[in-house]
Amino acid sequence: MTARGILSYGAYLPYRRLDRGAIRAVAGSGGGAGARTVASYDEDTTTLGVAAARRALAAAPEGVSPGSVWFSTVSPAYLDKTNATAIHAALRLDDGVTAFDMNGAVRSAVGALRAGLGSSGPALVVASDIRTGRPGSSDEADGGDAASALLVGSDDDGPLVAEVLGSAGFTEEFVDRWRVPGETYSRMWEERFGEGRYTALGARAWDDGLKAAGLVADLVDSVVVVAGHKRAATALARKIGIGAKLAGGLDAGVGFTGSAHPGLALADALDRAEPGKVIALVVLADGADVFVLRATDTLPGRRPAASVREQLDAGAPVAYGKYLAWRGYLGVEPPRRPEPARPSASAAGRSGPWKFGFVGSQGDDGAVHLPPAPGDGRDRPMADALGTIATFTVDRLAYSPSPPVIFAVVDFDGGGRLPVELTDVDEGDVAIGGRVEMTFRKVFTADGIHNYFWKARPVRAGGGR
Amino acid sequence: MGSHGIRDRVAIVGMGCTRFAEHWDKGVDDLLLDASGDAFASAGVTKDDVDAYWLGTAQSGMSGMVLAKPLQLHDKPVTRVENMCATGSEALRQAAYAVASGAYDMAMAVGVEKVKDSGYQGLNAFPIPTDGTSRTLTAAAMFSMVAPAYAERYGVDPDALRRVLARIASKNHHNGARNPRAQFRREMSVDAICALPPVAGGLSVFDCAGVADGAAAAVVVRAEDAHRYTDKPLYIKALSFVAGNGSGLTDPDYDYTTFPEIVRCAADAYAQAGVSDPRSALAMAEVHDCFTPTELVLMEDLGFSERGTAWQDILAGTFDLDGELPVNPDGGLKSFGHPVGASGLRMTFEAWLQLRGEAPEDRRIATTGDRTLALTHNLGGYPGEMVSFVSIVGSEPGA
Repeated sequence: MTARGILSYGAYLPYRRLDRGAIRAVAGSGGGAGARTVASYDEDTTTLGVAAARRALAAAPEGVSPGSVWFSTVSPAYLDKTNATAIHAALRLDDGVTAFDMNGAVRSAVGALRAGLGSSGPALVVASDIRTGRPGSSDEADGGDAASALLVGSDDDGPLVAEVLGSAGFTEEFVDRWRVPGETYSRMWEERFGEGRYTALGARAWDDGLKAAGLVADLVDSVVVVAGHKRAATALARKIGIGAKLAGGLDAGVGFTGSAHPGLALADALDRAEPGKVIALVVLADGADVFVLRATDTLPGRRPAASVREQLDAGAPVAYGKYLAWRGYLGVEPPRRPEPARPSASAAGRSGPWKFGFVGSQGDDGAVHLPPAPGDGRDRPMADALGTIATFTVDRLAYSPSPPVIFAVVDFDGGGRLPVELTDVDEGDVAIGGRVEMTFRKVFTADGIHNYFWKARPVRAGGGR
Repeated sequence: MGSHGIRDRVAIVGMGCTRFAEHWDKGVDDLLLDASGDAFASAGVTKDDVDAYWLGTAQSGMSGMVLAKPLQLHDKPVTRVENMCATGSEALRQAAYAVASGAYDMAMAVGVEKVKDSGYQGLNAFPIPTDGTSRTLTAAAMFSMVAPAYAERYGVDPDALRRVLARIASKNHHNGARNPRAQFRREMSVDAICALPPVAGGLSVFDCAGVADGAAAAVVVRAEDAHRYTDKPLYIKALSFVAGNGSGLTDPDYDYTTFPEIVRCAADAYAQAGVSDPRSALAMAEVHDCFTPTELVLMEDLGFSERGTAWQDILAGTFDLDGELPVNPDGGLKSFGHPVGASGLRMTFEAWLQLRGEAPEDRRIATTGDRTLALTHNLGGYPGEMVSFVSIVGSEPGA
């Protein structure tokens, strides 16, 4: 019988960190110890998803690519339009690879994972979130922004890094947290109610999950409990007696990353798991789900380039005021320049491989052209190329959602030059000769159209694909 | 095949130029009426005497009717032209070629821009629908990359280069202060300019052209007819234009210390005019000093200075009003202001005043009387992707 499980995985933590200690002085409440991850102004859940998915695919067994893409987030960039299609385009997948959204609630990410595991052939399950809450709220301080991606399939598709031994799930309708479409924050019922429901559901799922895996609790080496409801997670751990095996450590430096968190926490566990170890993933979200996995001998050789912990250590701070402006909670004065016009759908449609996939061209003379030049015979995918800053400037006059614009002329290894915006960088950190990698971003939004394109960012520890 | 030019076949016999300023009380119509009216009067002709019109405006209106309506022209051909910041020069080029072809006896080139009605700072291009992947940087930031590149290539200390750039702005403000048509009429010291905060790269607002409304106009006829209208016509010696193909943006060998389009454009102009050593041949030059690093590089690209030495010539005062080759004696874009469609013709207007000895005493170039040729240089675009125009005009036929 074929085993199903994880062929490769990737996680992405954005570069910026909000010090929770900075919140209370401004908002009058909230905050706390540690820091949370913050998506940049030019990131949305789609671009975060692309970053994690690129890492998962880079770590995939040779020749293995997904037959479907399942994308899940609580905060989709678009409604009434699929977001997975932009991820699909940025990954340069064939148009025969289907791509779907499963959005709106953390539970949808579990659904996406189940859909992927239930598919025939390899499936790419991408989940990302940008967690928002009103200034001073617990959601604001306890949330984090991240993305995770799991390439799932069977051992017929390729060697698994972790096999799913069994799973169980329960669904129940009750009101614990909720959000009306269009709002940027969620509301919560009194905590004790949800705690009781989740603890009972979690315990049942735990028992059934172990049964499905054919294991007893003692054979589980580590347990990852993913819950937006902190008290419920603690209570469940106590009830099922797994305190010593509880994997944790993302609360202090990342926060709860919503849709991304099941994959992120699993990635963090896989980053450290030895072959043969059994990991149980428990998700409490409008029900309870348990997945029991066992790390394989393949795992140590096929971890992604940047571990979750390496990324956690690599961030840089963002001031609370700037964070509030990025999330739209603080309306700051824009530069006195006209806002950019919306990108043309038809023009973007014609240049899809360039705009979404960062594919240039190469002529018969070997010269690489960015953007692609008419008449060049060959496509030249450049998203994975590294480059060097030939010169740069800082523009305090140009329109940007977060001025100033830092801009560089980048010469790529192996040929090609592009004058391009830099991101995830502070003014003083840029220098001629600096090394950069490409990252898929949202340049601006106009008339509700997100203008996606690529930017360059410094090569750092915790980066890369 | 060949670029032959129209040396001495067409002459400018009348010109007009408004003050360049924030003309809150004047619209496009008013500016066009002022500039064209002055040019008609200068040539002693009426709007009906002019057989064809070329209107240069980058984004203040569409079609020839922008001119035909305020002037109430009757059944005249009017062509609106646009070539970025070289738009005014393009209007002159087309009008001159039309007369040279024999199609018309008399043509007018008018350039106008009303930029201060947008409510935004700086210049803002009309948005053409695109795929959203093109650069969104300001021109100031694009040109700011020239300064560190130049310092690096020629081993000039960046602080020393900062003072060279300020010296360019200070010179142009010195000249503009003596020009009643200029937007900014205040002298600025090198120290004062260096003390300003940067807005784009190392450039401050005083490294940038003034943003102004304005218009300028010229009447052109066949050279042999010129003396019917004026005793002191300006003969067109060369009109050269190069539209870049944008290769500088993608070519890793391009180093931001030169504008190749301008080098080629200037070579064509010098060939048309028979000029071999511009530094000694020209009485003056009006160049496109949109930003101070631009003027620095132009001194080399136009052949006024050897490569890597313009910064020294600038400090030595070579291009001052009383220098060996005065550059931007009217204050340039920096101090005169830059109404996009009008600037090219404004440059020609200064040549018109200086070569005819009509510039006011305190602004008169040191070369007056000794030399009879003036160069105007007008560009549009950015380092790596630009259009370039060079003209040479002279007060003597056959010279």
